[in-house]
Amino acid sequence: MRQWISWLLGAVALVVLVGWVTIRPIHPPSFELLPYAGLVERVLNLLVVGAVLCLLRVLFGPTAADRIVAVDILGILIVGICGVLALTTGRSWYLDIGIVWALQSFIGSLALAKFLEGRRYDD
Amino acid sequence: MTDYIGMTLLVLGIAFTLFGCLGLIRLPDVYNRLQAATKCVTLGTCGTLLGVAILSGSVSIALKALLCGLFLLLTAPVAAHAISRGSRRAGIPLWSGSVVDAMKDTAPAVDGSPSEPRAGG
Repeated sequence: MRQWISWLLGAVALVVLVGWVTIRPIHPPSFELLPYAGLVERVLNLLVVGAVLCLLRVLFGPTAADRIVAVDILGILIVGICGVLALTTGRSWYLDIGIVWALQSFIGSLALAKFLEGRRYDD
Repeated sequence: MTDYIGMTLLVLGIAFTLFGCLGLIRLPDVYNRLQAATKCVTLGTCGTLLGVAILSGSVSIALKALLCGLFLLLTAPVAAHAISRGSRRAGIPLWSGSVVDAMKDTAPAVDGSPSEPRAGG
């Protein structure tokens, strides 16, 4: 019963947060002059909401594998943020940062997975 | 017309990404979280990058976005497979409602305590 109440509270909080961020996105004032500003600032806010969810899993994950999975997903989200920033600012080196971030995240995930095999699950 | 195709791809990509992050919070097990989050977030980010490649007028941004999406599409499943194999070999318990364990014979036995579904949000 108590679990159902906490799930309901979490769902309501998530829906309110996503709706608020979609209707009234947080953005710097310099974004209003750039192309596709209204779309891009909403997409950036929603990606930050997803990153906050990943960080909650990093914080409360019961095992080490949960934290590794969440960090892997966070790296992919940051690649998406770099792509959207490259679209709206017109600077293509944001995508260079994205490619290098994807490469490093892949290597880090492989190393952490190999590290996990010789370890107990309670840390 | 091209603008509408690109904006549709961006919105679909961000929807897939948010549902993947919701699955990462909500599902009960490491393996369930891994499959939901990895597939949804990879597809969503590839859709976002394809939308960026269509919407942007310059050739360099479009080529780099396509390259980045292709790289993600190649490497994310490999990383997910390595993580799931490593966590099964480390003996992390499956959810109590799981129906099949393909590595039952080769991996160490898991402890009897199933992981509880956790609330999030």
